[in-house]
Amino acid sequence: MRHLLADTGVIFARSMRTTLRSKTNLLFGMLQPLLFLAFFGPLLTGLRLGVDGSSWQAFVPGLLVQLALLGGTFVGLGVIFERGTGVIDRMRVTAVRPVALLLGRTLRDTVQLTAQAALLVLVGTAFGLRAPLAGILLGLALVALVAAGLAALSYGLAMNVRTTPEFGAIANTAVMPLMLLSGLLLPMSLAPGWLDGASRAVPFRYTADAVRQVYLGHYANGTVATGTAVTLAFAAVAVTGGARLFRRGG
Amino acid sequence: MSTPVISTRGLTRTFTARTGPVHAVRGIDLSVAPGEILGLLGPNGAGKTTTLRMLTTLLPPTGGEAEIAGHDLRRDPAGVRRRIGYVAQSGGLDPACPVGEELVTQGRLHRLPRAQARERAAELAADLDLTGLMERPTAALSGGQRRRVEIALGLVNRPDVLFLDEPTTGLDPAARADLWDLVRRVRDERGTTVFLTTHYLDEADALADRVVIVDGGTIVAEGSPAELKERYAGDPAAGLQDAFLAITGRGAVTENAPIAI
Repeated sequence: MRHLLADTGVIFARSMRTTLRSKTNLLFGMLQPLLFLAFFGPLLTGLRLGVDGSSWQAFVPGLLVQLALLGGTFVGLGVIFERGTGVIDRMRVTAVRPVALLLGRTLRDTVQLTAQAALLVLVGTAFGLRAPLAGILLGLALVALVAAGLAALSYGLAMNVRTTPEFGAIANTAVMPLMLLSGLLLPMSLAPGWLDGASRAVPFRYTADAVRQVYLGHYANGTVATGTAVTLAFAAVAVTGGARLFRRGG
Repeated sequence: MSTPVISTRGLTRTFTARTGPVHAVRGIDLSVAPGEILGLLGPNGAGKTTTLRMLTTLLPPTGGEAEIAGHDLRRDPAGVRRRIGYVAQSGGLDPACPVGEELVTQGRLHRLPRAQARERAAELAADLDLTGLMERPTAALSGGQRRRVEIALGLVNRPDVLFLDEPTTGLDPAARADLWDLVRRVRDERGTTVFLTTHYLDEADALADRVVIVDGGTIVAEGSPAELKERYAGDPAAGLQDAFLAITGRGAVTENAPIAI
């Protein structure tokens, strides 16, 4: 266990340095949610969304989950590149625990996406978002779990495909319906019954709804409890599954 | 004879393809003495890389046994990894990462404490003539410099065995000769066993104490370069190419081989 933590720390530090070296990459991942915030968010301010609070308190939580969803799903592309350069194999033939290669990278992505989410919240307040600090922090924690789970799965997938286009095809096919069915841009409370029902099969819907609740200052209701439980369970299953795929692949 | 540092018995790897099983490696028996430079030679698709990937724990064998540097390959792959160095054909360098950082990170991956990892990096840099390159991103290095960095990474943990997969592919003649010298020096100074694959016959001839020729996933001949020439080409002064042709029934890839010096 001590070795696992130390090994994960070494990989995390190495990955973090790689990330910080490419500054364009840091901002690029943020661009899409920022555009949504600036050019889509204001459209909602005059609409009746069927939710309590301001439209920003419903919209920003969805945007945060979207950031984790899109940002997390595609991190595997980096590993496909690292497989090509032989970096992955080189690291696999060292004393380091194989699963640390996955966990260290996943931790880096979680930190990066959570930092981007915090920045997004900050920009959101400039547009008119108001939410309690405790709610914002709890929301970031839930988003971090989603990011961690998806990043681990993405790496697992990347170790089991041959080419970037193959990875892109699978990831895109998975991420679009998941995103639309999670009610991220608009809450699923607006949806007809069948769509609302379908969205209940997608774990991120519960995350988004829970974050919306904590942004309203509601911490002790069923939506928050369900959202937290589903998000935790998703992260646990996804990291375990990702680790298994990662070990099997390559 | 001293205890072999690598010994395999019936090492086998079968891949399952849609069209049926593919027998990439079918029962390799090998014994490599400490300090030996062994060249694994064979035409493309003979099973060289698959064998190397099994011996370096990257690919689990589907049959047979192997013991490397005192550790059982199947029961204790982590123990094997701690005692070997591996330089893949693709090298394994991050193009954006500076040389010094790669060396220190590799030490950390072998669980050296931070200060020791830095010390070891400086030591290897001095030894392999990399001191002036430590701040440079690896993408800015020449082919020969890059190979030296990769070999330095493979030596960080003072391995008992250094595995090199086609180490001079793509190098110019001068860089090739330098690399041969380096490999010999690693063996002479540290007693490191070197296990390399190549499809350049002149490389095997110049570098290897013993050559093992594989074809179709099995060992078809082995011996010192002189023995093989004598046995298969009938003349110790013949080229290894003649012996290779006699053994495999076809030529190795020579058209893009650099001219030997």
